[in-house]
Amino acid sequence: MEWPGLYNYWIVIFLMMSGLYIVMARANLIKKMVGLSIFQASVFIFYLTMGKVAGGTAPIVIPGASAYSNPLPHVLILTAIVVGVATLALGLALIVRIKEAYGTIEEDDFEKRENAT
Amino acid sequence: MIAAHLPALQIVVPLLSAPLCVLLVKGRLAYGLAVIVCWTAFAISILLLGQVLEGGVISYRLGGWAPPWGIELRVDAVNAYVLLIVTAISALVISYAKPSVAREIGAGRETLFYTSYLLCLTGLLGVTITGDAFNIFVFLEISSLSSYVLISLGTDRRALTASFQYLIFGTIGATFFLIGVGLIYQATGTLNIADMANRVEPLGESRTVQAAFAFMAVGLAIKAALFPLHSWLPNAYAFAPSVVTAFLAATATKVSVYVLIRTYFTIFSPEFSFEVMSLGPVLMALSVAAMLIGSTIAIFQDDIKRSFAYSSVAQIGYMVLGIAFATVLGVTGGMLHLFNHALMKGALFLALGCLFWRAGSVTIDAMQGLGKRMPWTMAAIVVGGLSLIGVPLTAGFISKWYLLLAAIDSGLWWIAIFILVSSLLAIVYVWRLVEVAYLQPAPEGAPSGEAPLAMLIPTWVLVLANIYFGVDTRVSIGVATEAAKFLLGAGS
Repeated sequence: MEWPGLYNYWIVIFLMMSGLYIVMARANLIKKMVGLSIFQASVFIFYLTMGKVAGGTAPIVIPGASAYSNPLPHVLILTAIVVGVATLALGLALIVRIKEAYGTIEEDDFEKRENAT
Repeated sequence: MIAAHLPALQIVVPLLSAPLCVLLVKGRLAYGLAVIVCWTAFAISILLLGQVLEGGVISYRLGGWAPPWGIELRVDAVNAYVLLIVTAISALVISYAKPSVAREIGAGRETLFYTSYLLCLTGLLGVTITGDAFNIFVFLEISSLSSYVLISLGTDRRALTASFQYLIFGTIGATFFLIGVGLIYQATGTLNIADMANRVEPLGESRTVQAAFAFMAVGLAIKAALFPLHSWLPNAYAFAPSVVTAFLAATATKVSVYVLIRTYFTIFSPEFSFEVMSLGPVLMALSVAAMLIGSTIAIFQDDIKRSFAYSSVAQIGYMVLGIAFATVLGVTGGMLHLFNHALMKGALFLALGCLFWRAGSVTIDAMQGLGKRMPWTMAAIVVGGLSLIGVPLTAGFISKWYLLLAAIDSGLWWIAIFILVSSLLAIVYVWRLVEVAYLQPAPEGAPSGEAPLAMLIPTWVLVLANIYFGVDTRVSIGVATEAAKFLLGAGS
């Protein structure tokens, strides 16, 4: 298998690692949510790649087509995308409440305010 | 007729009642519905356990589609037991909830609280009952998303940051599990757990399967708060409303431990998990560290809820330790502890809820002279604490005894010593409370008087269950042994 035979997987790994890094390294809660979304998006791409059958077309009966891509991972990932949207929405809602309660969304500031009051 | 559909009803009833709850608008009606639903779920789980013990594994085809293509609900001795624990605790906690929720969450938001509670219950039951790996992920997220909401309802503003932290950790954990499921699907082409188990076995040395195992093990360890991936747990438990802490502490981590057990023993065979991947020593080291470090940190907490949260980290260590032996005796001990820990932490956190209802705080200072001010609540804390330590005639003793036997049986006597040391540490953090409550006088003007009976009765039902299952062990040990044999037999 010559380069870049599996480049989809390299994209998955790159996105996964950047997402995780942002979640861990950033103190800003919005940026953390962005990182989390990138991390989840990498898994979506991973599933989509997995469903591709070399030379296969869309899984609809087409005269003359002999190979079809596997539709199941696509269906699965639709569910996972919905879960991801729900998580993002809930996370952002929590950030709004945190902003109201603390007046900041920088993680480093929470402790200072907690000690001040 | 209806008996054949019990597995589906187990999740459908709470799932459909959750939106109904929102439509009822009025807090009182929503509460009534939630109580009825939780007790119905409990009744269903008792019937299911009966069916399984009589007739063996139940396989339910959702929508009539045959597995491995359709989604299968599969009930065997292991998850029938976990379903019983989850529904029993949910029914007791919801019966307790009304006064506590009214005080801590406030009018107007009660309906939404009960809705989230039912959704969380749905998720936990779904994770336990399903026979489909992707389904586990979906239900895991249903229960997690609703538990983030439940935690954020706490009175302290730190509940918000705790909930956010849990959201980050929980999502990473669940997504890791999803990656693992994807990798296995790539290698086997199936999502049905039973089918997966058959197809994974011949692939033993495949790198894809090994990577899948690693992702699933780490992801679930985050959800189960296995040391050192527990950092979300203490804050989440400490700042959540009392009812939520009791419910989550007694069920959510238990269900994650259950999925861990399923992954190690059913999806991958015990031989693969413990010989090829040499999981045993890793789990043993982590669980012993959890026991010792969790118990030690618990001693130095001023907030009692936080102290018991760290003690939960230690207790999860005990459960995983049982699993790590990978013998019938060890897994029996782990399963027993899963059951008994639900009883003791349920009782303790409910009793702390009574204290919070009266005093508005659960710090060690709020407990001064509590033996006189709230004798029944304090007595509940003492009995729960004794069970936590593992004093004979309490439930905690039975499971620790089995873990000790398993350690000696496997020739690991030094692990037995660690179990004893960790129990000694438990004596320290429980004695601290007893000393403050009984030996110190109550400060002037401290609020006194018992919590309402609606809160005390469920608390004491759990407390008495702690004593009952410490004396009459036929049911609990019988079912746990059955489950352990099933798990270890299924793989070979």
